[in-house]
Amino acid sequence: MNWLIDFFGDPVNWSGPDGIPARLLEHLEFAGLSLLLAMLIALPLGLLIGHTGRGALLVVSIANAARALPTLGLLVLIVLLMGVGTILPVLIPLVALAVPPILVNTYEGIRGVDPDLRDAAYGMGLRGRQVLGRVLVPVALPLILLGLRLAAIQVVATATVAAYVGLGGLGRFIIDGLATKNFPSTIGGAVLVALLALLVQLGFTLVQRATVSPGVSERQTIR
Amino acid sequence: MSEEPLVRWDWIGRNWPTIQGLLADHIVMALVPIVIGLLIALPLGLAGVRWRWLYQPTVGVMNVIYSLPSLAVFIVLIPVTGLATRLTVMVPLTFYAMAVLIPAVVDGLGSVPDHVRQSAVAMGFTPLRRLLQVELPIAVPVVLAGLRVATVASVSLVSVGALVGRGGLGYLFIDGWQRQFYTPIVVGIVLVVVLAGVADLLLILAQRLLTPWSRARGSA
Repeated sequence: MNWLIDFFGDPVNWSGPDGIPARLLEHLEFAGLSLLLAMLIALPLGLLIGHTGRGALLVVSIANAARALPTLGLLVLIVLLMGVGTILPVLIPLVALAVPPILVNTYEGIRGVDPDLRDAAYGMGLRGRQVLGRVLVPVALPLILLGLRLAAIQVVATATVAAYVGLGGLGRFIIDGLATKNFPSTIGGAVLVALLALLVQLGFTLVQRATVSPGVSERQTIR
Repeated sequence: MSEEPLVRWDWIGRNWPTIQGLLADHIVMALVPIVIGLLIALPLGLAGVRWRWLYQPTVGVMNVIYSLPSLAVFIVLIPVTGLATRLTVMVPLTFYAMAVLIPAVVDGLGSVPDHVRQSAVAMGFTPLRRLLQVELPIAVPVVLAGLRVATVASVSLVSVGALVGRGGLGYLFIDGWQRQFYTPIVVGIVLVVVLAGVADLLLILAQRLLTPWSRARGSA
């Protein structure tokens, strides 16, 4: 506890390019951009293979294998190959981390929709794309959001390793603290990252409440 | 540096004993938490099914634990478990495994059709025998799906432990980075992915052996 007071109580930690606000912004930039890129790749692909069923086995197998990629290894390899001129070396491993959960959950969500519902939608005269947008996506939304939430949490947590190769973000407090045996900084950084991850978790819970149809989430039984 | 090939095969040959040691360390640190996590998740999952009100709070706590960054937890644990010990890495991984496995056990038992449960009761199965011989076998596919996710994640996460001095194959990333040398990094990445793949295959195989009826019906 004293370490935390040392860290958060020190005004030096609250200003300048090494301060908490600046590092937090960097962290959010890494995590936000990676998540956005991962969504742009994984959501359309997941919807496509979930809806058509084509190439699903191949795509899902690749995505599951990609889950095993160690982010730290990927990061140091890419930085050695490309240098650290831009933030691209951080984005690539983080995107690789975020795509599988979004892709697999979107696919499973769409594919898992009750076939009767799908048939009913076609029977009502909806076309392929309308069925996807008006029936399949709303029904699959809890699983899609779960995938996004898992991806977001992992990205926020893992963006800390960017500091190991000299890039910014909240990981700097952790890695620099470890290197200089500054324990308050290390613990303080760890607590900040954990708080951020919890906020993301809370944010997604709220988004889920707001966007998932009451009929789907069983908050309201349909008679 | 531009002459440097991505993989120097002679380096792998010369350092093979070291790599093997790291691989063994990695396997222990990744798999022991899965086994212990499963052993804890089974009774907790059963309790969650038996006493429904217990389940939501348990999942809530597990969600919070799951969202804690592994590196952060490793560091907070150092004063307790020591720097560069296996325990520092294995304790958090056990909790991550539980976070995935408890919902899997509960969902798995929930997937047992009611008529099957009632048939077992009607045939005179005692609650314990019903659990062991009817409900758990039917829950196997769902539990194993959770086990596969947890195992792959665990294998991949161990390498982060290298930042606190004990990361199995993750050491190769640190080594390669410090010497600006590609080979150990490539070797590490490949071995981690292969290890996760082998573990995943073994679990798929286990599922085939444990659920012979799904094969008999002709659906995998």
